[in-house]
Amino acid sequence: MKRASFWSWLWIALGVLYFLLPLIATLNFSLRARRGVLSFDAYRSVFSDSQFYQSFGFSTEMAVLTIIFSVLLLLPTAYWIHLRMRWLRPVVELVTLLPFVIPGIVLVFGLIKTYSGAPFALTGSRFGTNLLLVGGYIVLSFPYMYRSIDTGLRAVDVQTLTEAAQSLGAGWTTILFRVIFPNVRVALLSGAFLTFAIVIGELTLAQYLLGGTQAFGPYLALVGRNKAYEPSALAIISFALIWAAIGIIQLVGRGSPEQRQLGGMR
Amino acid sequence: MAFLELRDIRKSFGAATAVDTFNLQVERGEFISFLGPSGCGKTTTLRMIAGFEQPTAGQILVNEQDITRRPPNQRNVGMVFQSYALFPNMNVAQNIAFGMTLKRAPKATITQRVSELLALIGLPGLERRYPYQLSGGQQQRVALARALAIEPQVLLLDEPLSALDAKIRVSLRNEIRSIQRKLGITTIYVTHDQEEALSLSDRIVVMNHGRIEQIGTPFQIYNFPQTAFVASFVGTLNVLQARVRNPASGELEIDGQPLTLARPLTDQRTGDTVAIALRPEVIALDGAAGTANRLRGVVEDVTFLGAIVRVRVQVGTEIVNFDMFNNPSLRVPERGQPVTLAFPVESSLLLDDTAEHAKQAVAAAAEAT
Amino acid sequence: MAENVTIKEQASPTSAQAARRGISWGWIGVVPFFVFAVAFMIVPAASLLVGSVQNAQGQFTLDNIAAIVQQPDIVAAYRLSIGISLVTAVGGALFGFLLAYAAILGGLPRFVRTGLVTFSGVAANFAGVPLAFAFVATLGRTGLVTAVLNSIGVNPYRHGFSLYTFAGLSLTYMYFQFPLMVLVIAPALDGLKREWREAAQILGASSWHYWRYVALPILLPSLLGATILLFGNAFGAYATAYALTGGSLNLVTIVIGAQMRGDVLNNPNLGYALALGMIVIMAFSILMYSWLQRRTERWLK
Repeated sequence: MKRASFWSWLWIALGVLYFLLPLIATLNFSLRARRGVLSFDAYRSVFSDSQFYQSFGFSTEMAVLTIIFSVLLLLPTAYWIHLRMRWLRPVVELVTLLPFVIPGIVLVFGLIKTYSGAPFALTGSRFGTNLLLVGGYIVLSFPYMYRSIDTGLRAVDVQTLTEAAQSLGAGWTTILFRVIFPNVRVALLSGAFLTFAIVIGELTLAQYLLGGTQAFGPYLALVGRNKAYEPSALAIISFALIWAAIGIIQLVGRGSPEQRQLGGMR
Repeated sequence: MAFLELRDIRKSFGAATAVDTFNLQVERGEFISFLGPSGCGKTTTLRMIAGFEQPTAGQILVNEQDITRRPPNQRNVGMVFQSYALFPNMNVAQNIAFGMTLKRAPKATITQRVSELLALIGLPGLERRYPYQLSGGQQQRVALARALAIEPQVLLLDEPLSALDAKIRVSLRNEIRSIQRKLGITTIYVTHDQEEALSLSDRIVVMNHGRIEQIGTPFQIYNFPQTAFVASFVGTLNVLQARVRNPASGELEIDGQPLTLARPLTDQRTGDTVAIALRPEVIALDGAAGTANRLRGVVEDVTFLGAIVRVRVQVGTEIVNFDMFNNPSLRVPERGQPVTLAFPVESSLLLDDTAEHAKQAVAAAAEAT
Repeated sequence: MAENVTIKEQASPTSAQAARRGISWGWIGVVPFFVFAVAFMIVPAASLLVGSVQNAQGQFTLDNIAAIVQQPDIVAAYRLSIGISLVTAVGGALFGFLLAYAAILGGLPRFVRTGLVTFSGVAANFAGVPLAFAFVATLGRTGLVTAVLNSIGVNPYRHGFSLYTFAGLSLTYMYFQFPLMVLVIAPALDGLKREWREAAQILGASSWHYWRYVALPILLPSLLGATILLFGNAFGAYATAYALTGGSLNLVTIVIGAQMRGDVLNNPNLGYALALGMIVIMAFSILMYSWLQRRTERWLK
């Protein structure tokens, strides 16, 4: 390895400066709720706001539902692709990349246009909008969930495991849930945590499908409009949450540490 | 005066010494091989000649100029890498011309030299191909042409054939040698394959654990190995423990049977144990008595390998392997059959190391190959 | 004995019976995925497409698409979106590349690379409302950096800068563009074999020669692809812009959002056309990125 040059340190230093400054500024701002002193007042205000817990709880619920149904949809699909229908693989991969082509605002636009009128009328009811929301989130999670499941399946010899299980008399559901799934659990986790990070902070779909501040994203936006110091505290809390999620992915995911961990609403 | 000289070269990485007390003088136009197992320091030494590693101590001289501190791009040394390292964004002609392009040689000169070199390596007309369109053997030949294009003083090859198929390896190594002879370039060739080293080199430097074990011609290295390591790394070897009977007359015994060496023993006394090395090809099944050494034993195993039949014989507590040419009319010994092994007095080698060391060295060398 | 034979027969997947059963089971496993994709992705996108080529009466027309390049406020929105996307793509690619290069090939200790990659994973997801808040606290009127600059006598706001404009938004976007570039270009930098550099050196090349003739040409497709990816990424961004400017900055995404709330364009089909335009641009950017990726892979076999 070459000796480290001045320029290398310079770029890194500039990068650190650019990335750290906003965090420091936000932290600083969040501690100045009380005049003249550093205090945690802003945080206290946030944590005593029932809306905070309600919206966060709601978004967490949505995230969990998204993860569960995403896995239910993608795991059998990926499994069959690996096992029998390899020719379908490019098609499926293309489909899981489509969410990049359809940004959130366009997706929600399309969802509303399609499902608000007859015969669905989903946008009228609570259940309907939640359904659309979870559906939209599942779409958004496709690239990351599919990739992590695919990675997990590649690390395991799917063909042999299946044949071994079959020869011992297992049926398909048993194979899927008691043989395949436990072996890809770890890989799944990285996709799951990424999905969680995306759903928690998501604004676009939540705003247009639900309105109000039911979800965490719109709640953040509302606080941003009305309060002065709480937004900074919330930003710090969000950042800490994402650090935790990504940190767990790094810890647990033994795959390439640079699996593209992009996501989120921009 | 030697053309390429390495004086007291030592390379340490922290506490670990990769190369130590390396002294070598190479004449102009010589083909030298560095031979040894993985981790013996041969590649590190080569890279020091190229300039990619700095020696911790010692000097490197080319044509009497000290190049030890010169950066690699100023040494006028050519190098061929194990992984070919052709630039993927350039076609064959551009790859070969790269050194000349940097020196801003006129276009006509470049074009001519490229076609000359392509003819030399046997790939005329492939100027426009890209590396990914070539086979491994073709890529390595282009890499050779690229290294030769700058008319280097010394040519370095780092295990150039390891990544290729066995058949291509044999034909390509002969091509490399004939090109080297034609151009008369001083060449250092690193390999762990003793067959390559033996068939190609003017001289071989056998290395182990960062040190030179022996320098000599292939004939010398094979027939007169100076240490147990060299004896067992190059070719196959039988190492037997023998007890000294009479040091003055060079008499030993194995399993109670007498054995004579070609010279008297100077360092040993009666009753000491020594290590004797025997190449399998010097041993024959003999009927009549003669002046040769003879050992009686029992056949333990016979392996048919096609042109060769390998026979394993138990002599007391020792095992002796020897080879016979396959001959349909000859009767091959059978398991359990008592046989007499005969070999000339001159062909048993007394190894420098003690018996135990010798055995360990053989075992280690066997593991390395 | 007999049981062994039966078990073997059951396990053989090559028997025709099992194959038939297998295929039908397989389709059951895969169909839900496709049904879902169609229902929640294809149909919504298609309905936008259909809506964009219709007029208020439902007849086929290309007027909406024409309006995109004719109506001044629409053109302005596209100009703004493309402008920000271009600036943050090129700027993000440049500095992101320098960061990745420094961490991976710059001879720095290993923890720098791991730290940069991990942080990039976090920063790429920090986008949206929290990011907007963070930059308000930094460069807003009462932000920390603004205050510091004030104290040394330079007031950016007096000189026309505002966080809530093109420049401010671009600066904010960089917070997820830089990390995205790092994550995307890292594998390409890893793919630069050490032997190429050594081969170039031994043939007489200086560092500059190496970059000019070998490394940059090899990296160019990846760099281009990544830049295009960054462009698409910025173009489709909504939440950050909305949270920062409250919808006052007329990006294409913001206009689409406004159209969803109420008929601001006086023509709902125009909104669909805008959405269609977005899809086209995003599709183009993803396709170019994949194509350039594949070209690199072919070279670097």
